[in-house]
Amino acid sequence: MKAIVTVRLKPGVLDPQGVTISNALGSMGYSGVDEVRSGKIFELTLDNGDVAAVRAKAEEIADKLLANPVIETYTVEVQP
Amino acid sequence: MKFGVVTFPGSNCDYDAFTAVRDIVRQPVEFLWHGDADLKGCDLIILPGGFAYGDYLRAGAIARFSPVMKSVIDFANSGGLVWGICNGFQVLLEAGLLPGAMLKNRSLQFSCRQVYLRTENTTAPYTRHLEPGTILEIPIAHSEGNYYAPVKILDELEASGRVAFRYCSADGQLGDQFNPNGSARHIAGILNENGNVLGMMPHPERAVETILGSADGCRLFDSVVKSITAGSAKSISDQARVA
Repeated sequence: MKAIVTVRLKPGVLDPQGVTISNALGSMGYSGVDEVRSGKIFELTLDNGDVAAVRAKAEEIADKLLANPVIETYTVEVQP
Repeated sequence: MKFGVVTFPGSNCDYDAFTAVRDIVRQPVEFLWHGDADLKGCDLIILPGGFAYGDYLRAGAIARFSPVMKSVIDFANSGGLVWGICNGFQVLLEAGLLPGAMLKNRSLQFSCRQVYLRTENTTAPYTRHLEPGTILEIPIAHSEGNYYAPVKILDELEASGRVAFRYCSADGQLGDQFNPNGSARHIAGILNENGNVLGMMPHPERAVETILGSADGCRLFDSVVKSITAGSAKSISDQARVA
Protein backbone atom coordinates (compact mmCIF):
# COMPACT_ATOMS: atom_id res chain seq x y z
CA MET A 1 0.00 0.00 0.00
CA LYS A 2 1.29 3.45 -0.79
CA ALA A 3 0.85 6.70 1.06
CA ILE A 4 1.65 9.90 -0.77
CA VAL A 5 2.67 12.70 1.60
CA THR A 6 2.70 16.18 0.08
CA VAL A 7 4.52 18.82 2.13
CA ARG A 8 3.95 22.50 1.40
CA LEU A 9 5.16 25.71 2.97
CA LYS A 10 2.45 27.41 4.99
CA PRO A 11 0.78 30.37 3.30
CA GLY A 12 2.75 33.53 4.04
CA VAL A 13 6.06 31.73 4.64
CA LEU A 14 8.62 33.10 2.19
CA ASP A 15 9.53 30.57 -0.50
CA PRO A 16 12.79 31.77 -2.09
CA GLN A 17 12.80 28.81 -4.49
CA GLY A 18 9.29 29.60 -5.65
CA VAL A 19 10.18 33.26 -6.17
CA THR A 20 13.26 32.34 -8.19
CA ILE A 21 11.31 29.91 -10.37
CA SER A 22 8.63 32.54 -10.87
CA ASN A 23 11.25 35.08 -11.94
CA ALA A 24 12.76 32.53 -14.34
CA LEU A 25 9.35 31.90 -15.91
CA GLY A 26 9.03 35.64 -16.47
CA SER A 27 12.38 35.80 -18.21
CA MET A 28 11.42 32.74 -20.31
CA GLY A 29 8.51 34.74 -21.66
CA TYR A 30 5.63 33.19 -19.72
CA SER A 31 3.14 35.80 -18.71
CA GLY A 32 0.22 35.37 -16.37
CA VAL A 33 2.03 33.15 -13.84
CA ASP A 34 1.18 35.10 -10.70
CA GLU A 35 3.01 32.97 -8.14
CA VAL A 36 4.96 29.73 -7.78
CA ARG A 37 5.08 27.85 -4.46
CA SER A 38 7.44 24.88 -4.15
CA GLY A 39 6.91 21.75 -2.07
CA LYS A 40 7.97 18.14 -1.61
CA ILE A 41 6.32 14.79 -2.29
CA PHE A 42 7.17 11.57 -0.41
CA GLU A 43 5.91 8.20 -1.61
CA LEU A 44 5.83 5.74 1.30
CA THR A 45 5.39 2.03 0.58
CA LEU A 46 3.81 0.53 3.69
CA ASP A 47 2.64 -2.90 4.76
CA ASN A 48 -0.86 -3.64 3.50
CA GLY A 49 -3.56 -3.16 6.07
CA ASP A 50 -6.57 -1.21 7.03
CA VAL A 51 -6.64 2.08 5.08
CA ALA A 52 -7.37 4.09 8.21
CA ALA A 53 -4.44 2.51 10.06
CA VAL A 54 -2.07 3.12 7.14
CA ARG A 55 -3.24 6.71 6.95
CA ALA A 56 -2.72 7.18 10.68
CA LYS A 57 0.80 5.79 10.44
CA ALA A 58 1.68 8.00 7.46
CA GLU A 59 0.28 11.05 9.25
CA GLU A 60 2.37 10.29 12.32
CA ILE A 61 5.50 9.96 10.16
CA ALA A 62 4.69 13.23 8.38
CA ASP A 63 4.08 14.97 11.68
CA LYS A 64 7.25 13.76 13.38
CA LEU A 65 9.72 13.88 10.53
CA LEU A 66 8.64 14.73 6.98
CA ALA A 67 7.15 18.15 7.72
CA ASN A 68 8.29 20.88 10.08
CA PRO A 69 5.07 22.21 11.60
CA VAL A 70 6.61 25.65 12.15
CA ILE A 71 6.78 26.37 8.43
CA GLU A 72 5.04 23.51 6.62
CA THR A 73 1.73 21.72 6.26
CA TYR A 74 1.11 18.29 4.75
CA THR A 75 -1.59 16.17 3.20
CA VAL A 76 -1.70 12.36 3.04
CA GLU A 77 -3.28 10.37 0.25
CA VAL A 78 -3.50 6.58 0.69
CA GLN A 79 -3.50 4.48 -2.48
CA PRO A 80 -4.82 0.97 -1.78
CA MET B 1 35.16 23.50 32.68
CA LYS B 2 34.83 20.62 30.26
CA PHE B 3 33.56 21.10 26.71
CA GLY B 4 32.05 18.38 24.53
CA VAL B 5 31.87 18.62 20.74
CA VAL B 6 29.37 16.37 19.01
CA THR B 7 30.36 14.73 15.74
CA PHE B 8 27.45 13.83 13.48
CA PRO B 9 28.05 12.11 10.14
CA GLY B 10 28.60 15.18 7.96
CA SER B 11 29.77 17.56 10.69
CA ASN B 12 32.70 19.56 9.33
CA CYS B 13 33.38 22.18 12.02
CA ASP B 14 33.80 19.71 14.87
CA TYR B 15 37.60 19.89 14.65
CA ASP B 16 37.51 23.69 14.38
CA ALA B 17 35.50 23.85 17.61
CA PHE B 18 37.63 21.20 19.30
CA THR B 19 40.96 22.87 18.48
CA ALA B 20 39.62 26.35 19.33
CA VAL B 21 38.68 25.12 22.80
CA ARG B 22 41.86 23.07 23.31
CA ASP B 23 44.44 25.51 21.92
CA ILE B 24 42.95 28.99 22.34
CA VAL B 25 40.36 28.76 25.10
CA ARG B 26 42.60 26.19 26.84
CA GLN B 27 39.89 24.15 28.50
CA PRO B 28 39.41 20.38 28.58
CA VAL B 29 37.46 19.17 25.55
CA GLU B 30 36.23 15.82 24.22
CA PHE B 31 34.49 14.61 21.09
CA LEU B 32 31.04 13.08 21.56
CA TRP B 33 29.89 10.57 18.95
CA HIS B 34 26.38 10.94 17.49
CA GLY B 35 25.66 7.25 18.10
CA ASP B 36 26.50 7.38 21.81
CA ALA B 37 24.17 8.71 24.46
CA ASP B 38 27.08 9.40 26.87
CA LEU B 39 27.87 13.09 27.37
CA LYS B 40 31.03 12.16 29.34
CA GLY B 41 30.34 14.62 32.14
CA CYS B 42 30.81 17.69 29.93
CA ASP B 43 29.68 21.08 31.23
CA LEU B 44 28.93 22.51 27.80
CA ILE B 45 27.93 20.68 24.62
CA ILE B 46 28.75 22.24 21.25
CA LEU B 47 26.68 21.12 18.27
CA PRO B 48 29.04 22.13 15.46
CA GLY B 49 28.59 23.31 11.90
CA GLY B 50 28.44 21.10 8.86
CA PHE B 51 25.85 19.03 7.08
CA ALA B 52 24.70 16.46 9.64
CA TYR B 53 23.23 13.44 7.88
CA GLY B 54 23.75 15.29 4.61
CA ASP B 55 21.12 17.86 5.59
CA TYR B 56 18.69 15.52 3.86
CA LEU B 57 15.00 16.40 4.18
CA ARG B 58 15.75 19.65 6.09
CA ALA B 59 18.94 20.83 7.77
CA GLY B 60 19.07 19.17 11.19
CA ALA B 61 15.89 17.13 10.71
CA ILE B 62 17.55 13.71 10.84
CA ALA B 63 20.34 14.63 13.28
CA ARG B 64 17.72 15.63 15.81
CA PHE B 65 16.75 11.94 16.21
CA SER B 66 20.29 10.60 16.73
CA PRO B 67 21.05 8.86 20.08
CA VAL B 68 23.28 11.67 21.35
CA MET B 69 20.47 14.18 20.90
CA LYS B 70 18.22 12.38 23.39
CA SER B 71 20.90 13.04 26.01
CA VAL B 72 21.52 16.59 24.76
CA ILE B 73 17.80 17.41 24.99
CA ASP B 74 17.60 16.04 28.56
CA PHE B 75 20.81 17.91 29.45
CA ALA B 76 19.45 21.19 28.04
CA ASN B 77 16.10 20.77 29.75
CA SER B 78 17.85 20.31 33.09
CA GLY B 79 19.79 23.56 32.62
CA GLY B 80 22.94 22.24 30.90
CA LEU B 81 24.76 24.53 28.48
CA VAL B 82 24.17 23.68 24.82
CA TRP B 83 25.67 25.83 22.08
CA GLY B 84 24.53 25.20 18.51
CA ILE B 85 26.64 26.82 15.83
CA CYS B 86 25.36 27.04 12.24
CA ASN B 87 24.18 23.48 11.47
CA GLY B 88 24.06 22.97 15.24
CA PHE B 89 21.57 25.87 15.48
CA GLN B 90 19.47 24.17 12.80
CA VAL B 91 19.54 20.93 14.84
CA LEU B 92 18.39 22.85 17.96
CA LEU B 93 15.45 24.31 16.02
CA GLU B 94 14.44 20.91 14.68
CA ALA B 95 14.77 19.43 18.17
CA GLY B 96 12.44 22.10 19.55
CA LEU B 97 15.03 23.36 22.03
CA LEU B 98 14.74 26.76 20.34
CA PRO B 99 11.67 28.16 18.54
CA GLY B 100 11.38 28.85 14.83
CA ALA B 101 12.84 27.36 11.66
CA MET B 102 15.39 28.13 8.97
CA LEU B 103 14.49 28.96 5.39
CA LYS B 104 16.87 29.10 2.46
CA ASN B 105 18.88 32.31 2.26
CA ARG B 106 17.05 35.12 0.51
CA SER B 107 19.73 35.00 -2.22
CA LEU B 108 19.34 31.20 -2.61
CA GLN B 109 23.13 31.10 -2.48
CA PHE B 110 25.54 29.61 0.02
CA SER B 111 27.03 32.64 1.75
CA CYS B 112 30.53 32.44 3.24
CA ARG B 113 31.98 35.72 4.50
CA GLN B 114 32.76 37.89 7.50
CA VAL B 115 29.74 39.63 9.03
CA TYR B 116 29.21 41.98 11.95
CA LEU B 117 26.99 41.07 14.88
CA ARG B 118 25.49 43.36 17.49
CA THR B 119 25.29 41.79 20.92
CA GLU B 120 21.71 42.23 22.12
CA ASN B 121 21.66 40.02 25.22
CA THR B 122 24.23 40.38 27.98
CA THR B 123 22.68 38.21 30.69
CA ALA B 124 23.23 34.68 29.34
CA PRO B 125 26.47 32.86 30.23
CA TYR B 126 27.71 33.25 26.63
CA THR B 127 27.36 37.03 26.62
CA ARG B 128 27.31 38.09 30.27
CA HIS B 129 30.84 39.47 30.15
CA LEU B 130 30.22 41.62 27.06
CA GLU B 131 28.88 45.17 27.05
CA PRO B 132 25.42 45.63 25.49
CA GLY B 133 25.79 46.53 21.82
CA THR B 134 29.28 45.04 21.50
CA ILE B 135 30.02 44.53 17.81
CA LEU B 136 31.66 41.25 16.86
CA GLU B 137 33.20 40.36 13.51
CA ILE B 138 32.56 36.66 12.92
CA PRO B 139 32.18 34.66 9.69
CA ILE B 140 29.05 32.94 8.39
CA ALA B 141 28.99 29.94 6.06
CA HIS B 142 25.52 28.64 5.28
CA SER B 143 22.71 28.40 2.75
CA GLU B 144 19.85 28.04 5.22
CA GLY B 145 20.24 30.81 7.77
CA ASN B 146 17.13 32.81 7.00
CA TYR B 147 15.53 32.64 10.43
CA TYR B 148 11.76 32.43 10.47
CA ALA B 149 9.27 32.39 13.31
CA PRO B 150 5.68 33.58 13.59
CA VAL B 151 5.37 37.25 14.58
CA LYS B 152 4.10 36.29 18.04
CA ILE B 153 7.25 34.24 18.70
CA LEU B 154 9.51 37.01 17.36
CA ASP B 155 7.79 39.50 19.67
CA GLU B 156 8.23 37.13 22.62
CA LEU B 157 11.92 36.60 21.84
CA GLU B 158 12.51 40.34 21.72
CA ALA B 159 10.42 41.15 24.80
CA SER B 160 12.22 38.54 26.90
CA GLY B 161 15.73 39.49 25.79
CA ARG B 162 16.27 36.21 23.99
CA VAL B 163 17.67 37.68 20.78
CA ALA B 164 21.38 37.14 21.39
CA PHE B 165 22.80 38.73 18.23
CA ARG B 166 21.62 40.65 15.18
CA TYR B 167 23.42 41.17 11.88
CA CYS B 168 24.57 44.77 11.57
CA SER B 169 27.03 47.14 9.89
CA ALA B 170 30.58 47.65 11.18
CA ASP B 171 29.25 50.45 13.39
CA GLY B 172 26.19 48.58 14.61
CA GLN B 173 23.49 49.89 12.27
CA LEU B 174 20.68 47.54 11.28
CA GLY B 175 19.47 47.26 7.69
CA ASP B 176 18.62 44.81 4.94
CA GLN B 177 21.97 45.53 3.29
CA PHE B 178 23.76 44.21 6.39
CA ASN B 179 21.55 41.13 6.72
CA PRO B 180 23.25 38.33 4.76
CA ASN B 181 20.34 35.91 4.50
CA GLY B 182 17.01 37.69 4.97
CA SER B 183 16.67 36.56 8.58
CA ALA B 184 13.60 37.91 10.41
CA ARG B 185 14.41 41.11 12.34
CA HIS B 186 18.09 40.58 11.42
CA ILE B 187 18.34 37.77 13.96
CA ALA B 188 21.68 35.90 13.96
CA GLY B 189 21.33 34.04 17.26
CA ILE B 190 18.72 33.29 19.93
CA LEU B 191 18.55 31.86 23.45
CA ASN B 192 16.08 29.61 25.21
CA GLU B 193 14.06 30.88 28.16
CA ASN B 194 16.73 30.09 30.73
CA GLY B 195 19.65 31.32 28.65
CA ASN B 196 21.48 27.98 28.79
CA VAL B 197 20.82 27.08 25.13
CA LEU B 198 22.28 29.35 22.44
CA GLY B 199 21.85 28.89 18.70
CA MET B 200 23.74 31.12 16.27
CA MET B 201 24.47 30.95 12.55
CA PRO B 202 27.89 32.71 12.61
CA HIS B 203 30.96 30.67 13.54
CA PRO B 204 32.78 31.99 16.65
CA GLU B 205 35.12 28.97 16.54
CA ARG B 206 36.43 30.25 13.19
CA ALA B 207 37.23 33.65 14.71
CA VAL B 208 39.62 32.86 17.53
CA GLU B 209 42.95 34.18 16.15
CA THR B 210 43.75 37.37 14.27
CA ILE B 211 45.41 35.30 11.56
CA LEU B 212 41.93 33.91 10.83
CA GLY B 213 40.63 37.44 10.21
CA SER B 214 39.18 38.04 13.66
CA ALA B 215 39.56 36.87 17.23
CA ASP B 216 36.16 38.20 18.31
CA GLY B 217 34.79 34.68 18.78
CA CYS B 218 37.03 34.42 21.86
CA ARG B 219 34.81 36.95 23.60
CA LEU B 220 31.98 34.41 23.73
CA PHE B 221 34.18 31.51 24.82
CA ASP B 222 35.75 33.72 27.50
CA SER B 223 32.35 34.83 28.75
CA VAL B 224 30.95 31.34 29.08
CA VAL B 225 34.10 30.02 30.80
CA LYS B 226 34.11 32.95 33.23
CA SER B 227 30.39 32.54 33.91
CA ILE B 228 30.68 28.87 34.73
CA THR B 229 33.98 28.80 36.55
CA ALA B 230 32.86 31.74 38.68
CA GLY B 231 29.81 29.70 39.63
CA SER B 232 27.50 32.60 38.96
CA ALA B 233 25.42 31.07 36.18
CA LYS B 234 22.25 33.04 36.74
CA SER B 235 19.56 32.40 34.17
CA ILE B 236 17.83 35.17 32.26
CA SER B 237 14.68 34.45 34.25
CA ASP B 238 16.62 34.76 37.52
CA GLN B 239 17.92 38.13 36.38
CA ALA B 240 14.43 39.21 35.36
CA ARG B 241 13.11 38.30 38.80
CA VAL B 242 15.84 40.36 40.45
CA ALA B 243 15.00 43.30 38.19
